[in-house]
Amino acid sequence: MSANNVFCFRRFAAMVYKEFIQMRRDRVTFAMMIGIPLMQLILFGYAINSDPRHLPTAVLSADNSPYARSIVAGMQTSSYFEVTEHLASRAEADSALKEGRTQFVLTIPEDFSRKLLRGEKPVLLLEADATDPAATSGALAAMREVVSQVLARDLPASAGYVPTPSPVTLRVHAEYNPEAVTQYNIVPGLMGVILTLTLTMITSLAITRERERGTMENLLSTPVRPLEVMLGKIIPYILVGYIQMTLIVLAAKFLFGVPLRGSVLAVFVLSLVFIAANLSVGVTLSTIAKNQLQAVQMSVFFFLPSLLLSGFMFPFRGMPGWAQTIGSVLPLTHYLRLVRGILLKGNGALESLTHVWPIALFLVVVISVGMRRYRKTLD
Amino acid sequence: MGADTDNSTGHSVGHSLHNGPADADAPKAPVNDTSANDASANEADYVIDVSGLTKSFDGKVVVNNLSMRVKRGEIYGFLGPNGSGKTTFIRMLCGLLKPDSGSGTCLGFDVLTQADEIKPHVGYMAQRFSLYEDLTVRENLDFMARMYGLADRLRVVDECLTRMGMTRFANQLAGSLSGGWKQRLALSACTLHGPKLLLLDEPTAGVDPGARRDFWDEVHKLASQGVTALISTHYMDEAERCHRLAYIAYGDLLAQDTLEGIVDHAGLCTWSVSGANLPELADALRPLPGVEQVVAFGNTLHVSGQDAEALERAIAPFQAGTGHDWKLIRTSLEEVFIHLMRGQQAKQNGQAAQKAQAGGQAGGQP
Repeated sequence: MSANNVFCFRRFAAMVYKEFIQMRRDRVTFAMMIGIPLMQLILFGYAINSDPRHLPTAVLSADNSPYARSIVAGMQTSSYFEVTEHLASRAEADSALKEGRTQFVLTIPEDFSRKLLRGEKPVLLLEADATDPAATSGALAAMREVVSQVLARDLPASAGYVPTPSPVTLRVHAEYNPEAVTQYNIVPGLMGVILTLTLTMITSLAITRERERGTMENLLSTPVRPLEVMLGKIIPYILVGYIQMTLIVLAAKFLFGVPLRGSVLAVFVLSLVFIAANLSVGVTLSTIAKNQLQAVQMSVFFFLPSLLLSGFMFPFRGMPGWAQTIGSVLPLTHYLRLVRGILLKGNGALESLTHVWPIALFLVVVISVGMRRYRKTLD
Repeated sequence: MGADTDNSTGHSVGHSLHNGPADADAPKAPVNDTSANDASANEADYVIDVSGLTKSFDGKVVVNNLSMRVKRGEIYGFLGPNGSGKTTFIRMLCGLLKPDSGSGTCLGFDVLTQADEIKPHVGYMAQRFSLYEDLTVRENLDFMARMYGLADRLRVVDECLTRMGMTRFANQLAGSLSGGWKQRLALSACTLHGPKLLLLDEPTAGVDPGARRDFWDEVHKLASQGVTALISTHYMDEAERCHRLAYIAYGDLLAQDTLEGIVDHAGLCTWSVSGANLPELADALRPLPGVEQVVAFGNTLHVSGQDAEALERAIAPFQAGTGHDWKLIRTSLEEVFIHLMRGQQAKQNGQAAQKAQAGGQAGGQP
C-alpha cells in the first residue's frame, strides 16, 4: 500500500500547503517575519554601527608645550574626542579607564616637545577602552590624522619637519578590531543574524504549536511520516528566508550603499544550506520544547551564542580558544565569512565552498537528531 | 515484558477480577485465560483483540493488564471515571502510545509493532478538538483527505460536507464553529477515509442533546455498514446506545459485557422511594447496613445495595406508616458503575494499607 512508503510526496505536499495557509492566516507572525529584519537593519545599521564621536577622553600631560596643547585641541576639533578631564598621575589614568569614565587616555611624556623639536620621534600613548572595539575604531583611525595635521601646521619648518615619516610615534594600546567593523561589514553579516533569529524561532514554534493546540494528536493518528512533517514545515519557511534576504540585500545596496562586489546570485544559492540549517535547528528544538514559550526560549538560547561567538559582534580572532571552538560549530560563523567573502571581497562560489561544508555538516547532524527526537507517539 | 514483574501486584489483581480467585495462582498465562472464554470465535471476527496491555507514566500504572475483544460492526462503549486510563488505552490502540507490555492485534495488525499499518484504517477522534482552528472546514477536510491519500478527494470532501450538512460552513474557520459543529467536523474528518475502526474519545463532551443524538445516529449508520466503533463516554444514556460496554477504573477493567449483562452481573437491588421529607429519609438510610447508595432523582430516591435481604431489613422500618411509597425497580447503569468504582477504590485503599503495613514490618525487622 502506497500509504506505507517512508516518504509520500502527496502527504508532504499537503503539509506544505497547510503550512502556507496557516502562515497567511497568522498575521502577527507574518508581520514579525518582515518586521524583525527591518527593525534589526535599523538598529544595527544605524544605531549600533554609527561611528561614535565625542568619546570622553582624559589627558595625562607632563609637557605643557604649545605642541602638546595643539594636539589636544586638534583631537577636540576632530569631533571624535571630547577632552573631559586632565589627569595628574598614572594611577588616575588607570582608574579612569577602568571605571569607564573615559574611553581614551592620552599620555604626553615629559620631554615631548624637546624630543619633537630635535626630531627624536617622541612617543604619544593613546590608551583606548577596547571593551567595545567598534566604538573606538573610528576615533583611533582619526587620531593619526589629527597628529600629523596638527604638527604639519605648528611645527616650524626650521625643525626640519617632513610630513612623512611622522615626527611622532603614536602608540595605540587597544586591540584593533581585525575585521575593522564598518557598516559594510555589519549589513551583510546582519543577513545571517536575522535569518538565524527569525527562522529558528518561527520553526521552533511550528511543531510545538501543533502539540500545544492538540492538533499533533490528530496528525499522529494519520499515516503521515516524520520526514514529511519536518520537511513540510521547513519548506514554506525557506521561502520566508529568501524574502528576508532580498529585503536585506536591497537595504544593503540602497539604504547603506554597501558595495556588492561579488555575485548576489551566488549568495542566494549558497544561503540555501544556511537557511535549511537554521530551520532544522528550529524544528529540532520544537521536538524538545513542551510549549511555545519554551520553544522561544530555546531558540534564544541558540541565537545568543550565534550572535556573540560567530564574529558578528566581536572579532572572531579576538575570542579565547574555547569561544572560537564553540563559534566554529555554529552555522552563522561560517555563513558570515561566506557572505562577507562574496559581497565584500568578491569571492566566487568555488572559493566560498570551504565555508559551506561546515554548515552542511551541521544541517545533517541536527536534522538527524530532530528526526530521532520527533516522536511518532505522544509519550 | 519487563513491566510485568514491576507491576506484579497490579497484575494479579487484574486477574482475580476477571477470572476469579483461582486464576491468581497461575499469573503467567493472561492470553490463554481470556481466549478460553471465546474459544469458538474466529480470530478474524475481532477488530480489536488485545490482552494484558499495560502502560505506565513515570512509574504510575495508568492502564493495567487490560484485555479487550471487540467484534466487527460492534459499537463498544468504554466507560470509567476521569483519569481511569480510557484515553491512554485508546491511544495505544491507534499507535499514538506504545504499550509497555501486553500483546494483541488491531484490525489484524500487531499493536506493538505495526502501528503504521493500523493507522490508515483507523479513524481517531481525540477528546479535545484537534483539527486546525485556523483552517476552514473545507481546508481541514481536504488536508485530512490528502493525509490518507484519498484518490478523488475533492468529491469526497464535497460529499462529506453535504452529508453532514456542513456546506454552509465550508469556508468558515474551524475555530469559529460552535462546539456541536466542531464535533461534527471532527467526526467527518475521522470518517472521511472510510476507516474500518473508529476510536472516539469522549466525542460528545459538552455537546447539546440534539447534536449528541445526531452524532449517535451517524455512528449507528456507520456500524450498520460494518464499521466498528470504540467510544468512550461519561453519559449513561450514550452507554445504553452501545452494543457492548466495558468499564475501567484506575487502570483496571472491572466489567465487560452487554448492558443487561453488566447490570445483572453486578447483582444490585434497587428501590425507588417517593413521598415527603426525602432528604431526611436519605440521611437516615445512608448509615444503615446493606444500604450502599442513596441517590436523589428528582422527586424520588434510589436506594440500592448488593445484599437484597440486608437492604430490605434496612428499609423495612421506613416502609410502613411513614407515607413513603416504595417500589422495587431495575438497577440503572449509573448505580452499577458507582458500585464498581467504589469497590475498586476500597480494594486499592486496602492494598495501599497492606503495602504500607508490609513495608513497615520489613523496615522494622532488621
